[in-house]
Amino acid sequence: MLVSEAALEDVHEDVHKTQPWNNPDAVPYIRFENVTKKFGDFYAVDDVSLDVYRHELFALLGGSGCGKTTLLRMLAGFEEPTSGKIYIDGVDMAGVPAYERPTNMMFQSYALFPHMSVEQNVAFGLVQDGVSRSEIKQQVAEMLGLVQMTKFAKRKPHQLSGGQRQRVALARSLIKRPKVLLLDEPLGALDKKLREQTQFELVNIQEKVGTTFVMVTHDQEEAMTMASRIAVMNEGVINQTGTPFELYEYPNSRYTANFLGQVNLIEGVLVDDDEKYAVIKSDEAGCDIYIDHAVQGHQGMTFWVALRPERLRITKEEPKETKYNCLSGKVEEIGYLGGISTYHVRLASGKRIKVTEPNSTRQIEPRYTWEDTVWVSWEAGAASVLSK
Amino acid sequence: MSNKRSTFLLSALVFGFAFLYVPILLVIIYSFNEGKLVTVWAGFSTKWYVSLFSNDGMIDAAWNSLRIGVMSATLALALGTPAGLVMSRFGRFKGRTLFSGMIAAPLVMPEVITGLSLLLLFVTLEQMIGWPAGRGLSTITIAHTTFCAAYVAVVVQSRLSGMDISVEEAAMDLGAKPAKIFFVITLPMILPALVAGWLLSFTLSLDDLVIASFVAGPGSTTLPMKVFSSVRLGVSPEINALATLIILAVSVMIVIASAMILRSERMRSRASAGADA
Amino acid sequence: MSSEKPTLKQRFDRWMIKHGRVLVIGIPYLWLFLFFLVPFLIVLKISFSMAEYAQPPYTSLFSWIEEGVTITLNFGNYLFLLSDSLYATAYLNSIRIAAISTVITLLIGYPMAYGIARAQGSMRSVLLMLVILPFWTSFLIRVYAWIGILDREGLINAFLLWTGIISEPLIMRQTEFAVYVGIVYTYLPFMILPLYSTLEKMDISLVEAALDLGCKPWQAFAKVTLPLSMPGILAGSLLVFIPAVGEFVIPELLGGPNTLMIGRTLWNEFFANRDWPIASAVAIAMLIFLVVPIMWFQHIQTKQEEGQQ
Repeated sequence: MLVSEAALEDVHEDVHKTQPWNNPDAVPYIRFENVTKKFGDFYAVDDVSLDVYRHELFALLGGSGCGKTTLLRMLAGFEEPTSGKIYIDGVDMAGVPAYERPTNMMFQSYALFPHMSVEQNVAFGLVQDGVSRSEIKQQVAEMLGLVQMTKFAKRKPHQLSGGQRQRVALARSLIKRPKVLLLDEPLGALDKKLREQTQFELVNIQEKVGTTFVMVTHDQEEAMTMASRIAVMNEGVINQTGTPFELYEYPNSRYTANFLGQVNLIEGVLVDDDEKYAVIKSDEAGCDIYIDHAVQGHQGMTFWVALRPERLRITKEEPKETKYNCLSGKVEEIGYLGGISTYHVRLASGKRIKVTEPNSTRQIEPRYTWEDTVWVSWEAGAASVLSK
Repeated sequence: MSNKRSTFLLSALVFGFAFLYVPILLVIIYSFNEGKLVTVWAGFSTKWYVSLFSNDGMIDAAWNSLRIGVMSATLALALGTPAGLVMSRFGRFKGRTLFSGMIAAPLVMPEVITGLSLLLLFVTLEQMIGWPAGRGLSTITIAHTTFCAAYVAVVVQSRLSGMDISVEEAAMDLGAKPAKIFFVITLPMILPALVAGWLLSFTLSLDDLVIASFVAGPGSTTLPMKVFSSVRLGVSPEINALATLIILAVSVMIVIASAMILRSERMRSRASAGADA
Repeated sequence: MSSEKPTLKQRFDRWMIKHGRVLVIGIPYLWLFLFFLVPFLIVLKISFSMAEYAQPPYTSLFSWIEEGVTITLNFGNYLFLLSDSLYATAYLNSIRIAAISTVITLLIGYPMAYGIARAQGSMRSVLLMLVILPFWTSFLIRVYAWIGILDREGLINAFLLWTGIISEPLIMRQTEFAVYVGIVYTYLPFMILPLYSTLEKMDISLVEAALDLGCKPWQAFAKVTLPLSMPGILAGSLLVFIPAVGEFVIPELLGGPNTLMIGRTLWNEFFANRDWPIASAVAIAMLIFLVVPIMWFQHIQTKQEEGQQ
């Protein structure tokens, strides 16, 4: 949290506007208060409290069965919480049925009405509200323009490609100008290339309409590309909430560190600590690890040092300074991916360390080969220390 | 090896379909036989059709059966559709197990038991509340409605189970209330199942002999009852003619229905191909 | 949306939603309860009552109702069923005939269902339609068709006599053999359809995987296809077995006077002897035997539905 704390010292109006979660006076737009949902004896969501602010693109990230979809469905009104409260724009949503909530949802399967044309699908929400026909016509045309589907207005869903259906679903869920748009795996049904392209389109549309988006995804890349903030969920509990930057650079747990990107976790014991530094002794690593900031905990406590593979240096020669942060081992696996190479280095303890290195210059032959003895080292500031 | 297997499967299919169709074909062929005996071909004739249509008892019975069929199929649809909806969309509720039992059991219950029990119910009701006064078309209709409703419920339920529930949730999310969702979204989507359910009920009702025999009263003889009493005495060319007409009507209906299903299937497969593109 | 009290219309709508649910469940529930479940209770009650032989069934029932409260349970009807070997024979016959017919239907139906499931696209639809088509034509007429074939003066005998293979007509109709033919013939579609739907859903690459891992084709069938199609086998078998036990029309039209089956016995007790209490006792006895298979069938149905969802 160092960077965000530093940022807070330099408080500025703009920051409060673009990062309302850092403004203690900001009023959350969506609020989960100790929400629990049980299915039988199973806790799908377990005592979750969460604030989402206006105009955010908020992502709930987690593996399947972590409770993220249940949380979203409680927001939409398809499930009632077993206990706890949900507020949207200050209004308690308890007992408000889905058709009266100021939310709209884009379904994972898109759930387009198969017997209605694109136009009729998009108009459906307005028809329910009894909006006049001319008004509907104008708004549908506007919305189809926004998602670039004007040409396909008369088609039936089965005559559309996956990407086109996704746009129709988006238009249909946006047309009622909901206070909150809920997206359940919005890009899950698209192939990889289309998905990457659509990520940015979706963000652009969100910026244009200014609606608060809450989305559910299992794809960490998607969440990091699109979201203003992410809540990482596991087994019905929110593990950590933060911006993509915070989550990646300052994970609070091994789960978050593992879930976002790749990480080496080295177990060790705190042997020396100070206001400015800490030293962790690790049998696994076979060396002491020097951390350039204080850690919270007492000596003798077990910690995990998280090291991102791209922050590690791999060398054939022994570095000059080897007292701290320097591991030695043998190259066990090599993955040549063109732009980067990944190496798995087996340490004397049997622990494997993953290192990625950019291939920034052209080589005549690969730099390392199997069973080469190499050294792996890193800057003191590259590591995060996790206690759970 | 796989050749051996496909030869086996092919002969199984050929034998099976021959088994299914040869008797029916023979009935059709002999309906045009001039003579009365099955074994002797006495020349082509349509005289049995003529005599069938001049058999007033037969025509009356057919008319009874058609009326019962239409009424009970329609009632069965009205009862079976909500029953299927309840089974697939309403989740848990008190007495659900009994409900699902009452839907599954009529499908396999021996007809003699259903028939007897319904008759005893009607008699008891008549003793207690004076309704139904006597038995006739209405009691047969009630009986048929009951077991046909179970069939409709199963057909509707299996169609709904195969349907993406989020389509209905999307309608609710966009502001439609439950009753409206059913009529605007669910009903159009299960329409083929409803048509199939109605036709199934209609044919089941038209076909039933045993239950109708129990709950029928004087003057409410149905076509199967009429056919049964004449068939008991042996082969009758008039029945051959009747059978041919029924088979013809059913075949036309089935061919039209399958053509419709084929068309919608082709559209669906084209749709999924479009999604991949 | 404000947090004020809901308007009158909203309250009305909510009331409708709450009670609409009860209504949608209630109407079919009530109907099935009244016209399917209650009748069995009445049958049960009447099976414990005494028959008044000389009187028409109406009054005998009426007198029973009048005394309803005071009458103690009369097991006479059931004791009579036990004492007369006719009923025991009819029961055992029905179960035996139904079981054997079920096995024959399975043996004919399985390869057919398998063949249809493995057929190519439009061919498959045509074959499936051909299976369903006889199911839609009149059951009575399909049984009737066999009279002309199996009769003493029927087509098979005529053909065999003409070829000279036999010199005396074979007795085929009015035998148990004819009953088997009739049951297998009329119930075959009920076996094929559930079998087809499980076999069609099965991923063919599972069999390929088994072959790839060294199974011979028959082993792959026995170890992969057969176990996976078990739900279809069970559903199909129960769909044939349960109604076949109570079958009336087929033994009546194709079986001989000696082919006793329980459905026929019930029919005769009711229509010929007009002994309603005995008929009811027969029905209850049949039902007791069928309760387990029926519940099993329902269990399979529910499991398949859940599997789909």
